[in-house]
Amino acid sequence: MIDGMDKVVREHRFFAGLSEDVIQLVAGCTRNVRFDAGKYLFREDDPADEFFLIRHGRVALEMAAPGRTAVTFQTVPEGDVVGLSWLIPPYRWAYDARALDLVRAIGIDAKCLRQKCDSDHDFGYAMMMRFVPVLVKRLQATRLQVLDVYGTAR
Amino acid sequence: MLPIIERVARVRREGTDIWTLEIEPAAGFDFLAGQFNMLYALGVGEAAISISGDPADRGRLIHTIRAVGRVSEALTRLKTGDPIGVRGPYGLGWPVEEAAGADVVIIAGGLGLAPLRPAIYRFFAERPRFGRLVLLVGMRQPDDILFQQELERWRRRLDIDLAVTVDHAGGDWRGNVGVVTTLIPRAAFDPAHTIALICGPEVMMRFSIAGLAALGMPATTIYVSMERNMKCAIGLCGHCQFGPTFICRDGPVFTYERLRPIFGTREL
Repeated sequence: MIDGMDKVVREHRFFAGLSEDVIQLVAGCTRNVRFDAGKYLFREDDPADEFFLIRHGRVALEMAAPGRTAVTFQTVPEGDVVGLSWLIPPYRWAYDARALDLVRAIGIDAKCLRQKCDSDHDFGYAMMMRFVPVLVKRLQATRLQVLDVYGTAR
Repeated sequence: MLPIIERVARVRREGTDIWTLEIEPAAGFDFLAGQFNMLYALGVGEAAISISGDPADRGRLIHTIRAVGRVSEALTRLKTGDPIGVRGPYGLGWPVEEAAGADVVIIAGGLGLAPLRPAIYRFFAERPRFGRLVLLVGMRQPDDILFQQELERWRRRLDIDLAVTVDHAGGDWRGNVGVVTTLIPRAAFDPAHTIALICGPEVMMRFSIAGLAALGMPATTIYVSMERNMKCAIGLCGHCQFGPTFICRDGPVFTYERLRPIFGTREL
């Protein structure tokens, strides 16, 4: 573990309120990363080996169809998590993630975290209680997005 | 009940199918933020349209209209100098006075920003009377952002927390993407001492209410503006009946507390 990563993890709002034991376990799987504006954090179908907690900047989540320009379906702001596909097999990203500005983030080794979840179910439960609400909120937001509630259909 | 015939003073295109009409009533016009008028496209018919201008400006009456039906399409085809019938103002407005001393959260979805704009003018005009002022705006896509120049001007102020998001965007958009409810948890306000004003499609309002309730806001401090087809606008004809209420007479602004038993009921 890089010195001080436990402090960085502890201060990130996503992990606010977690016990010190859990913080230490998470911190053991982390590193500091940065991406310049326009750089990709990951690309669709790449292995979901590392996900990110944004400390600074914003990230656009994009999907592109052949022959069409990429569509941004969500922006992830500071304090939020980028990447959830590491939670479930086949552990591959389902979209592109691109830095809109200079992004500083905590990179979390997904394999490392999954192994700790498998070997320590209390820790695994604490992690699930953090990530499942994110999944549910994004699913609800997606439902509203799909309804395309503003204006007339074109 | 008879409309006063005025002349269209200015027309401005706001988006693909949205237009703003300005009228300069000869006798001036008083209204409350959140009220609406029945606008009469001569020979076509009447439609209920929210007033989107500044209540302090008695000499300019402004409506922002989406062309979605026969009457609204006729209204949006009007040109400068054309006659237009105005009947109103009607309905109960936003709780601007009740918000004194409290934080104010305004959540607008799409054209829902238009009925909220008069309230925003009032909050700015008497800014020291209110706590934190938060404006969260959701639009379909960047090209549809209503009152964009005004939003940009407001965002430069230091006394408002303003965020805009769109549901869909291409790669060249550098702003937020996501539904407007995703902005709620990031806004800085005290849920126990806040008045919320919400206007937009009903589904969007339902999700917004849920987002505010999750932060602990009681239903008594959440206000929504409802929309239904209106005919008489004075609570007689029943066209806009919504459960036990008439939108035109008892609303269009209601506390969520009042509507909660019927809000989201499909049959209504």
